[in-house]
Amino acid sequence: MSKRKLVVFIPLLVFLLLVGFFGVGLYLDPRELPSELAKHQRPVPDFTLPSVTDPSRIVTQDDLKGEVSLLNVWATWCPTCKEEHDFLNILALEQGVRIFGINYKDDPVKAREWLRRYKDPYQLVILDESGKLGLDMGVYGAPETYVLDAEGRIRYRHVGAVDANVWHKLQQVMASVEQEQQSGEGL
Amino acid sequence: MKRLILSLLFLLPLSAQATIDAFEFSDPEYETRFHQLNHVLRCPKCQNQNISDSDAPLAADLRHEVYRMLEEGRSDDQVVDFMVTRYGDFVLYRPRVNSMTWVLWYGPYVLLGIGIFVIVLISHKRRKSASETHQSKSKPDPVTTTGTLDAGLSPEEAARLKKLLQQDSDT
Repeated sequence: MSKRKLVVFIPLLVFLLLVGFFGVGLYLDPRELPSELAKHQRPVPDFTLPSVTDPSRIVTQDDLKGEVSLLNVWATWCPTCKEEHDFLNILALEQGVRIFGINYKDDPVKAREWLRRYKDPYQLVILDESGKLGLDMGVYGAPETYVLDAEGRIRYRHVGAVDANVWHKLQQVMASVEQEQQSGEGL
Repeated sequence: MKRLILSLLFLLPLSAQATIDAFEFSDPEYETRFHQLNHVLRCPKCQNQNISDSDAPLAADLRHEVYRMLEEGRSDDQVVDFMVTRYGDFVLYRPRVNSMTWVLWYGPYVLLGIGIFVIVLISHKRRKSASETHQSKSKPDPVTTTGTLDAGLSPEEAARLKKLLQQDSDT
């Protein structure tokens, strides 16, 4: 009898299992791809590209090292980039967060105009006109924001606009990376 | 007849190349492989299209990379690896067989096996119980033929059941 009873519960268990799967699935965003580079903590791919604001200046991956910082991929053709720009200004100009920019597949003239008009929150803006650097980083939709550690390795990626919620998350990642690197240096 | 043929023609799948890129291949073999690769690589931006179908600028960039790498003489595996290191296993319409995807590749066969096993088990049981009831089918008394049923009944319930069954046979 008791064996029979257990058998009766099998469909219920299967049902609950499916509810569990679908429940988790509901809260996953299928459009959000995990970053391969962040997963393996790879460094920013090697590049040699001019700066947007000063085309005579050549920027390489080494310029991004030194401190934990943000790397923001943006373009003037991207409306969400406009949306997040004010927030980036607050972070960089008021809170002193170190942000680098990649101007992705864009017209440098328009980009310079944009920075003049809406203020420039970036330490440096890399001019990636062909999109090759973006491709090497696995960029699939601007804006994207990466957290870099002091060695220039990619630790985290956010796809979409940075707002207060996202910044909260980025801040946590930056703090834990900083802590990890400090304790690493102490050893 | 003409109309029928015409309407049937509309049913033909039009496998038109959605994108018109002017790629000049130095070797016709590259071109075949180019199209093959473009069909199995998934566009990260517009997720239900392969990079040959998609009009997204990103897909165009990826097609260009495939072209460049083929012209450089790279193998198909190298092209696929290039994409996977940047965009992850997501870009593969045909996932690789590894410890992460074993369930995906072999799970259905395991489920099929379990299903067959259960069916065999059930049919075996049925046959067994059928032959058992066949052997014990000698008395026509309705109460004893329901012997398995009244096993868990209290004496009052058994009495009631008997009464009900007799009512049935009376009418």
